[in-house]
Amino acid sequence: MSTEAAAVSIRGVSKTFEGGTTALQGIDLEIVPGEFVSLIGPSGCGKSTLLRVIGDLIAPTAGDALVNGKPSQQARRDRDYGIVFQDAVLFDWRTVAKNIALPLELAGWSRERRRERVAQMLELVELKGFEDHHPWQLSGGMQQRVSIARALAFDPTLLLMDEPFGALDEMTRERLNMELLRIWEAAGSTVVFVTHSIAEAVFLSTRVVVMSPRPGRISELVAIDLGQPRTAETREEPHFFELVTQVRDALHAGRGAKEPA
Amino acid sequence: MAAIALQQPRRAGSLLRRVALYLVVPAFLVLLYSTYRWLGIHFHWTHPFVVDDITMPSLRSIVSALFEPSRVNGPLLITVLLKAALFTAKEAVIGFALGASVGFVLGALLFQSKLLQRGFMPYIVASQTVPILAVAPMVVVWMKSGWQSVAVIAAYLTFFPVTINTLRGLQSADPRAIELMRSYAASPWTVLWKVRVPAALPFLFAAFKISATACVVGAIIGELPSSIQDGLGGAILNYAQYYSIEPADLWATNLIAALLGITFFLVVVVVERLVVRRAPEHVA
Repeated sequence: MSTEAAAVSIRGVSKTFEGGTTALQGIDLEIVPGEFVSLIGPSGCGKSTLLRVIGDLIAPTAGDALVNGKPSQQARRDRDYGIVFQDAVLFDWRTVAKNIALPLELAGWSRERRRERVAQMLELVELKGFEDHHPWQLSGGMQQRVSIARALAFDPTLLLMDEPFGALDEMTRERLNMELLRIWEAAGSTVVFVTHSIAEAVFLSTRVVVMSPRPGRISELVAIDLGQPRTAETREEPHFFELVTQVRDALHAGRGAKEPA
Repeated sequence: MAAIALQQPRRAGSLLRRVALYLVVPAFLVLLYSTYRWLGIHFHWTHPFVVDDITMPSLRSIVSALFEPSRVNGPLLITVLLKAALFTAKEAVIGFALGASVGFVLGALLFQSKLLQRGFMPYIVASQTVPILAVAPMVVVWMKSGWQSVAVIAAYLTFFPVTINTLRGLQSADPRAIELMRSYAASPWTVLWKVRVPAALPFLFAAFKISATACVVGAIIGELPSSIQDGLGGAILNYAQYYSIEPADLWATNLIAALLGITFFLVVVVVERLVVRRAPEHVA
């Protein structure tokens, strides 16, 4: 054990669903505070399941997950993390401001503090002026920004993101990638990010966890040693392409190993 | 269609079109009734029934009956009927409130457990297959005749759609929204009030629309075994006895009863507009 508590520490986690599907097998992973870690792998490799184990939304069959040195159940009760899904999952009956304020309401913040905080968050995700809109009046990208603002509203040390930009078009996705990095730097939190996209994983992360399916396990860890802060030019660096190739090869190797000859 | 209409800026013409619609449909119905009546009398139709001033009084006589004294030296019929409608409305409103509350609580309780659903649902369904005419006299015996027992009878017709739709509505919440609430360590009670009940609102209002008219029918029917004379049920019973002499009086009474039901329905529609905030494509 390190002297400082890891942001996330996964030890021997396996998950077998009712019906016998083994989604995860023998997962070990340590994530240091401040890291941006992407989980990448083909469908069915259990990356979303792993994210939910970290968030104590699913109980593992074996092993355990620690968040900030605490059992994940305790971390959830302490509201140590915020979560963002593929769809924004906003409530139609709440305005943008009230959607962002939801976790603050649950945490018992006063009306005054809530309003102050929501204003800050709106500024962070650049949605000032939209506080009184309802979700259906926003584009998909704007909805997802509201969802990110909501996840960060109570200042969690950990941000869990389950393919947050998967449903968006390429242009919006790249713009939100930049925004997410800006937010990550500003907030100083740890991010665990599930994605299908190799380029997205490499561009965003400090480390990429490559997973392989049936049963889901970690096949390779790729350190992304691109400079910070990342810019549009980062995508054009030769080293960026090298890393993309490295991750792609790892993905194919992980898949090929299980494929019958 | 509705979604497209809502997204377009409202033009001055659309309001005019709506008003026209509200006038055209009744006008068409009036025309239909009058034409059938005229043809029936003119050609001496006997099938499915003989058409004459008794079976189909003229619309003019129905409307003018409203503005004639209900009996010699009595008040105008419309005054009598509006008073009766107000009396019945009171019973129906209380019945609606009672039935909707019981229906919601019942639905919320059933939502808590599949076992409760399996155990109780057959009896809840059975309660609605027993004719209200069979239940009403018993309620009157239990509660003594009075407007309170009528309200209970109206509630009996109100609760069922609310229970069914509460159950369905609470189940309709987005599973990811539930996951989100779990990530906030929200209590089941908080999840119910912040997510499930708001998600259920469109379902609840669909039920309220059915119940709004059902409770009026329940109140009218309930007045009969209670021997209550002050409401529309009493008026219907009264004017039905004189139908062969003054058929227009019963028709006029039915007209007022229908207007009462429509009023109840419209109140629910207006409240729904104010309360339910949804993406236009999700509004029923």
